[in-house]
Amino acid sequence: MSPHDVPPENEEIPFMQRLLDNPFILLFLGVASPAVLYLIWGIMEIVSIPLGK
Amino acid sequence: MNTNFRVCPETGFHVHKPAELLMKANAVAAVVFLLVGGTFGLLVGLTRWPAVHLLPADQFYLVLTAHGLNVLIFWIIFFEIALLYFCSAVLLKCRLATPKLGWVAFALMLIGALLNNYIVMQGNSSVMMTSYTPMGADPLFYLSLILFAVGALIGTFIFFGTLAIAKAENTYEGSVPLVTFGATVAAIIAVFTIVSGAIILIPTFLWSVGLVAHIDPLMYRMIWWAFGHSSQQINVSAHISIWYFIAAVVFGAKPLSEKVSRTAFLMYILFLQLASVHHLLVDPGLSSNYKMFNTSYAMYLAVMASMVHGLTVPGAIEAAQRARGFNKGLFEWLTKAPWGNPVFSGMFISLVGFGFLGGITGVVMGVEQINILIHNTVYVPGHFHATVVIGTTLAFMALTYWLVPVLFRRDLVMKGLAKWQPYIFGLGMTGVSLFLMGAGTLGVPRRHWDIGFAGTGMTHDFPAAAYTMMALNGMSVVLAVVGGAAFCIIIVASLLFGRKLGEEKSSPALAAEMVTDDEYKTLHASGGITVPGTLCLTFIFFASFAAYYFINWKYLSQTWGIS
Repeated sequence: MSPHDVPPENEEIPFMQRLLDNPFILLFLGVASPAVLYLIWGIMEIVSIPLGK
Repeated sequence: MNTNFRVCPETGFHVHKPAELLMKANAVAAVVFLLVGGTFGLLVGLTRWPAVHLLPADQFYLVLTAHGLNVLIFWIIFFEIALLYFCSAVLLKCRLATPKLGWVAFALMLIGALLNNYIVMQGNSSVMMTSYTPMGADPLFYLSLILFAVGALIGTFIFFGTLAIAKAENTYEGSVPLVTFGATVAAIIAVFTIVSGAIILIPTFLWSVGLVAHIDPLMYRMIWWAFGHSSQQINVSAHISIWYFIAAVVFGAKPLSEKVSRTAFLMYILFLQLASVHHLLVDPGLSSNYKMFNTSYAMYLAVMASMVHGLTVPGAIEAAQRARGFNKGLFEWLTKAPWGNPVFSGMFISLVGFGFLGGITGVVMGVEQINILIHNTVYVPGHFHATVVIGTTLAFMALTYWLVPVLFRRDLVMKGLAKWQPYIFGLGMTGVSLFLMGAGTLGVPRRHWDIGFAGTGMTHDFPAAAYTMMALNGMSVVLAVVGGAAFCIIIVASLLFGRKLGEEKSSPALAAEMVTDDEYKTLHASGGITVPGTLCLTFIFFASFAAYYFINWKYLSQTWGIS
């Protein structure tokens, strides 16, 4: 939404817009998503490799 | 009036003076490191040119290390910090959070970058940018990167602090502008990137001084790429924000759909960084589930977001141009664009090069099966010279041409050369990308001083075409360096000798009047497709994408015949 398209005060702001307007929730998502799917998953796979004897 | 602010006579921006000083310092440092890194790049290109083969092996690896770090890290991140301050303090018309801390961040980054160059020049840290363990570098090599990263992290949090100040002081209404939103996405990716760098570089530093016994090479690679590749994803968000910005200031264009563009940026937040796994596609110990989810599923969502931006930016330009009367045929809006203005030409070459060369090849590299055709070949630097150099560096150059009169209040010098510079640089880098990718498809390995392995007892003969393409790559490097040097000379000379603008307005105006809703209404009233030219370009893009994708599967079928 552009700064010119501010909704009337009595209109509830849609969930997606509230999400996109909150940089700190986005920061959480942007760190949590790759931390879980890339780093933690990858670390779990590597540490579960059996040690050579 | 608050004396900490000045009103820009060109744009009407309220510029916080302490923020402006920090932007100038970071931007100047960025250009200096581009000059240094580009010089090293020339030496790399001339050594990989078989007929020239300029440097001996030890110096080649030293120079390759210095080239990678100066251009991929120092030039780009200094510029991005300046960009973050611009997109927060200037675009939101507020003060920058903690400018003094901004100078601490700048000092840490500068000390880190200078120390890194010094230590690499000593010759005992020629480990290339990836610095894979167990290959060890001087402890100061890791320490310098950590110092730089801490500085960059502080700069990133100053950006978030400035967003909070703007919100608290109500300096804008509704949502932040799309360009600031894109910069926020870049900053979010920067936080993950830098934290990942700290997770792996701090133990590696301790290993280098003997306090940690062992760094597992596979673990190092996996975590390092969360830093190494994500750092390039910061660039993607940053340069796409610049595309939107330049579309607005050159054409007065509004985004086709703010909702669609912001949703595409949200997809970057969720999925873009996962693409780092494509570096690990042939690593043992990591399952196909892990590799394929992060590349062939998540990465495609990020690619889709890039395609959305690739459609909406030229689409916004087309809509603005058509609303202003450039309505003939499919492409009058494009042929009548200001191709002599380096701000626009640089941005548009960046967009086309990033999409057609960097984007399509990036998808090929992210597919586990066909990745094997080009893994660890010079195809990889071919790809990232399209994304990071044509895509990011050229977009940053284009914006710099606009920022010199706006921020530094100096008129550009050598305008005739500036008009040609994006074409020279873009053509040179397109050659570099295409010829490296061509040679890589023929199997030429990356990171090798001599592709024939002469004198090693395991020599290998590549087809003559591979040597020809490496030679053409060398020539393209020379052309690109001419274009890069022209940029540095124009910018430095403009800052030193450019006419001071004071309160005078530039002619033609640096910022176009925004297209009004009434003008857009005339466009919609005509009925039919609003942006047919962009749609046509999109179909050309899809056809190229599909053809190249299936050609690679054809190559794969010939590599391993089924009998």
